[in-house]
Amino acid sequence: MAALLKPGSGPLDYGNRLWLKCLFVLIYLMLYIPIITLIAFSFNTDKRGIVWRGFTFDNYVKAWNNSALIEALTNSIVIAIIATIISTVIGAMVALMLWRFRFPFKGTYEAFMGLPIVIPEICMGVALLLFFNESGMMEFVVNTPWPLNLSNIIIAHVAFCFPFVTVVVRSRLVGFNRQLEEASKDLGASEWQTFWKVIVPFMMPGLVAGALLAFTLSLDDFVITFFTSGPETVTFPVKVYSLVRRGVSPEINAASTVLIVITVVATVIAMKLQAPAKAGKG
Amino acid sequence: MDNWKDNRNVFWTLATPGTFWLFVFFILPLGFLFVMSFSDKAIIDGQISITEYDYLTGVTNYFRSVEPLYLQIMWKSIWVSALATALCLLTAYPIAFGICFAPDRWKPLLLLLVVLPFWINLLIRTYALIAVFRTQGYLNLTLGVAGLGPYEMLYNNFAVIFGLVYVYMPFMVLPLYATIERLDKSFLEASLDLGATQFTTFLKVTVPLTMPGIITGIILVFIPCLGSFLTPDLLGGANAIMIGNVIERQFKAANDWPFGAALSFMLMYATLAALMLRAFLASRSKGVDV
Repeated sequence: MAALLKPGSGPLDYGNRLWLKCLFVLIYLMLYIPIITLIAFSFNTDKRGIVWRGFTFDNYVKAWNNSALIEALTNSIVIAIIATIISTVIGAMVALMLWRFRFPFKGTYEAFMGLPIVIPEICMGVALLLFFNESGMMEFVVNTPWPLNLSNIIIAHVAFCFPFVTVVVRSRLVGFNRQLEEASKDLGASEWQTFWKVIVPFMMPGLVAGALLAFTLSLDDFVITFFTSGPETVTFPVKVYSLVRRGVSPEINAASTVLIVITVVATVIAMKLQAPAKAGKG
Repeated sequence: MDNWKDNRNVFWTLATPGTFWLFVFFILPLGFLFVMSFSDKAIIDGQISITEYDYLTGVTNYFRSVEPLYLQIMWKSIWVSALATALCLLTAYPIAFGICFAPDRWKPLLLLLVVLPFWINLLIRTYALIAVFRTQGYLNLTLGVAGLGPYEMLYNNFAVIFGLVYVYMPFMVLPLYATIERLDKSFLEASLDLGATQFTTFLKVTVPLTMPGIITGIILVFIPCLGSFLTPDLLGGANAIMIGNVIERQFKAANDWPFGAALSFMLMYATLAALMLRAFLASRSKGVDV
C-alpha cells in the first residue's frame, strides 16, 4: 500500500488534494474579485462605470477636486489618529492595571470592559446618540470650530476602541517575566525607570498592534459615527454611504482605492514592525 | 500579581482614565437608553411632543416590541444570521484546514490573504459587492455574454446573506485556524491506522477536537450578523429588513426613540443569550483550547 503512495499523497497531506486546491482558489477569488474590480474600475473612463472603455486617472483628479469628499476623508483620518492615540494610552493603562493588580470584583470589572467589544454596534450608537443629545453635548459640540466639532465622534470611537487595545496589550503582557522587573529594581532603577526601560519596550509590539487595530476600527466605523455625528460633520464612510444610496460612481471607486491603499500599507508596516521584535524574543 | 492596596497610587493612576471613559461614555449612555426604553413621548396640550419625554411610564414599548410584526423581523434576523453563520463555517473550515496543511512557506501569505479584507473598510466592501451584483453589474454583464439574465440579484435575502458571509468570513477562519493548527496530528494518523475512513476520521476526531474553535467562530460571526445594519440596508433594501434597520428607523426617520430603545435592549438580550450559550458549550466541550 505504502509503496503505491507518491510523495505528497499520504493520508495526511491534505494540502496536496486537488479538490481542496480548487476550493481554495474559488473562495479566494470570491473574496478578492469584488475588491479588485472596484480598484480596476477606478481607472475606467466610462462615467457610469459599467463597461471598460479605457485607462485614465481622471477619477482621482475628480475625487481630489471634490471638496466634500476630501473634507470627509480628512475628518476620518484626523478622528482616527486622535482616537488611536487616546485609546492606546488608556487601553494600555487598563491592561497594565489588570495585569499587575488583584482587586475586589475584578471579574465583574473585566466583564464590563469587554462589553463594548461584544455589544452590537447599533445599540452603542443609539445609546451614545441619546446620551449626547440629553446631556447637551451634541448641541454644544456642533457649534464649535473645526477639529473640536469632531469631539463627539472621537469620544465615541475611543469608547469602543480602547477595550480592544486592552485585550491586545494584556495578551502581550502575559508573557512578561516579572523577574526582569525585580532585577531592574535590584540594580537600582526606580519604579518609573523600570516602567520606561523594561516594561514599555516589552509591551511595544502589543502597543503597535493595539494602536493599529484601533486605527483601523476607527477608520472603518460607520454605524457609531452615523449616529453620533451631527448634521454638519461627515466622515468618509458616512459620505460614501450617502453617495452609494444614490448609485455607483467611479469617483467613489477612486476615493475607496486610496483608503484601501492606506489601510493595507498601514497593516503591512505594522506587521513588519512587529515581526523582528517577535523573532528576537522567541 | 500585587494586591491593589500595596501600591494605591499606581493602581489609581492606571485605573482612573479607562474606568472613567467606560463609565461616562458607555455605561451611562446605556443607562440613558435603559430609562428611555421604559419611557414615552410626553403629551403636551393634547399633542404628542417631538422632543419631550415622560420618563419611566411603563413597559408599553416592550409589549410593542413583541407584537407579531416585530417578532417576525426579530425571528427573521435570527435565521438570516444563523444561515450566514452556517455558510461561513462551511467555507471557512476547508480554508482553515487547508492553510494548516499547506507547505510552511505558504502559510503566512494564505493567512494574510484571508485577513486582509477584514482591514478594508466595511462600507467599501459592501459597495464593491453592489457593483458586482446590481442589475447592470459585472456579474449580470458576464452572464449577459453567455446569453443569460439580467437577473435582479440585489435587494433580497440572498444578497444580504451573501454579503454577511463575505464580510464576516475572516472572523470564522481565525479561531478555526488556531484550533486546527494546535490539533495533534497523530490522533488523525491513529484513527486512519485503526481503519477509519477519511470521512469518519473527520467527523469523529477532527470535528470534536476542534469544537472550541468552531463554537468561538460561530459566536464571533453570529453576533455581528444579528446586529448588522449596513449590509441589510444597502444590499437588502426594503425587502430584507433586519432588527438593526428597525432600530435605526426608530431613531432617525420614525423618531420614536423610546420604542427604538426597547428594541435595542431586546437585541442586546439576544446577544448576551448567545454569549452565555457559548460559555455553557465551551465549559462542556473537551477539545483543544482556543
